[in-house]
Amino acid sequence: MSLIIFLAILAIFVFGFIGIYNSLVGLRNRVKNAWSQIDVQLKRRHDLIPNLVETAKGYMKHEHDTLTGITEARSKAMGADNVAAKGQAEGALSGAMSKFFVVVENYPDLKANTNFLALQEELSSTENKIAFSRQNYNDQVLFFNNKIQMFPSNLVAGMFNFKPEEFFELENEAEKEVPKVSF
Amino acid sequence: MWELISANKRKSIILFLAMGICLVLLGYFIGGTYAGKDGGYYGLSIALFIWVFMSIISFFSGDSIILAISRAKKVTPNVHPQLFNVVEEMKIAAGLPAMPSVYIIPDPAPNAFAVGRNPQKSAVVVTAGLLEQLNRDELQGVVAHEMSHILNRDVLFMTFSGVLLGSIVFLSHVFLRSMWFGGGRRFNSKGKSGGQAQMIMMIVALAIAILAPIMARLLYFAISRKREYLADATAVRLTRYPEGLASALEKISGSNLDLQSANKATAALYIANPLKAKGRKLSNLTSTHPPIHERVDILRRISNGANYINYQHAFTFIKGNRGRTNIIPPSGIQDKTKLDLRTKPLEEAAKPHKKGVRDLGDLIRAVNNYVFLVCACGLKMKLPPDFNKKSFNCPRCGTLNQVPVAELAALTAVTDIIDKPSNDSQPEKDEKIFRYKRKGKGWESFNCECGAVKQLSPSFNKNSFYCNHCGRKILIEN
Repeated sequence: MSLIIFLAILAIFVFGFIGIYNSLVGLRNRVKNAWSQIDVQLKRRHDLIPNLVETAKGYMKHEHDTLTGITEARSKAMGADNVAAKGQAEGALSGAMSKFFVVVENYPDLKANTNFLALQEELSSTENKIAFSRQNYNDQVLFFNNKIQMFPSNLVAGMFNFKPEEFFELENEAEKEVPKVSF
Repeated sequence: MWELISANKRKSIILFLAMGICLVLLGYFIGGTYAGKDGGYYGLSIALFIWVFMSIISFFSGDSIILAISRAKKVTPNVHPQLFNVVEEMKIAAGLPAMPSVYIIPDPAPNAFAVGRNPQKSAVVVTAGLLEQLNRDELQGVVAHEMSHILNRDVLFMTFSGVLLGSIVFLSHVFLRSMWFGGGRRFNSKGKSGGQAQMIMMIVALAIAILAPIMARLLYFAISRKREYLADATAVRLTRYPEGLASALEKISGSNLDLQSANKATAALYIANPLKAKGRKLSNLTSTHPPIHERVDILRRISNGANYINYQHAFTFIKGNRGRTNIIPPSGIQDKTKLDLRTKPLEEAAKPHKKGVRDLGDLIRAVNNYVFLVCACGLKMKLPPDFNKKSFNCPRCGTLNQVPVAELAALTAVTDIIDKPSNDSQPEKDEKIFRYKRKGKGWESFNCECGAVKQLSPSFNKNSFYCNHCGRKILIEN
């Protein structure tokens, strides 16, 4: 009788253990997936920028600096190889972009161009998507970190060396600020 | 957020079972009234059968039935790129595994709802009126609200409990009617010994038949209202911008148009009650939605954070003593993380939103596969999809315009692709074709064989279209 009880308790522990381990792996994969989402959106922004510059070139003859600024920031962001450099370069690119959209206000012809309007919608949506994928990533990281610090999952996490993930913070504080537009 | 969803799921199952037991009991006692104890079991199995049968139907084809009766049409990104972008943004924020399909109801009344039995296969539905009246931030709020219904699996639960409610109401209605018109007759014909037990059965059945529909309705409406609050709270958490949803709700309630395709059964699904004219008479207890001004007040009250706990604080503040109940399950309240609110609207939304009735009409026509043709004099003409003349005169300047037959055909082809997804991109043999290999995913322009310039937008996702200059079919290879 006592053997059966012992076996039952053991079974409960084993199944609990397996369940916790599996949920931890699932959560870690969610974090990874959320990270790749950010990457997808950043890449998309890089793809859109040449078209934007191409469209704007004809209208903005006197804003050569702004346009080359964007192009340079883009190639820098594409060349960045580690996470820290990437965060910084992407931040600089966002800064250049918002500067550009402020300048655009002075070019009514450009603003009336349907091609440009569609691009602007795509780009601002991509900016939002970057922000939301970052938000989702941080949500997932928070959830995962809570899980590996809480009892009893912290025991399993300790055994299999689950490390807390890092939050994705902005390198460039200026990006947090929405540019002030004066009319 | 994910603990919250599982808490929600558990609660749904309990409520669901409670209503199911109610239905089965009702069946048992009704059967008992007519044929004693054996009849009770017959009644029970009939009630169970109705329940299971209707649940199976609503599980497997509930969404398509709802979409069909709401006259929602599936659309491609070209019809409204911004809507698609906003849905994708919210899909990312909510961490949904798959992009929901997007439907538009060609109706000027602003409203929205979502369907889907799980997050892998879902759909967001908005009306043309909503797109016309809301700016980007407001649209984002509405889509986020719908997205949280999908996340919480509210739609599945609401259809299931709606079906249950319907069965309960149906059974008790039939029973009460039969008692009213044929009462007593059946009992007299039988022996006295069985009569007494049947009398008891009848009294219990009467009591249940009168009370059950009322209770089930109140329960259903209470849950429905609570879920609206929860979806509002989740929307704030996703967008971090309560003002967007608040002003969207204000605009929606400000419209006095009734949504033509909505009815009592589907009203609970919408973000705000679509039956305005009838809805006003209903009391708070029997409405599927909390009063909009209250929802707006709560949203406007939220300060210092976008987490669930901030919504609960605002809720308690607005509702006073009645707001003691927790709208948010405990696991959501425990999360004390501070989530910064976005204080400023998006750049685009800051500008006044200028769209007229004409845009609304164009949108509705685009949903219905009209072709737009601009005459040399600048007049924009709209051709219905079944327009069958080859050419016609412009009503303003009289110029003879050729109908782009190929384009009309292409549009019909697009709807065909949507309706049945097929990989069949082989053109017919006698058709002239031109192949273009796509370089990337961005904007691309190229020349058709006839020399006309074609441009592809990043959101272009079809594999072919027709050149409107020479009528060639252009195949896009990715």
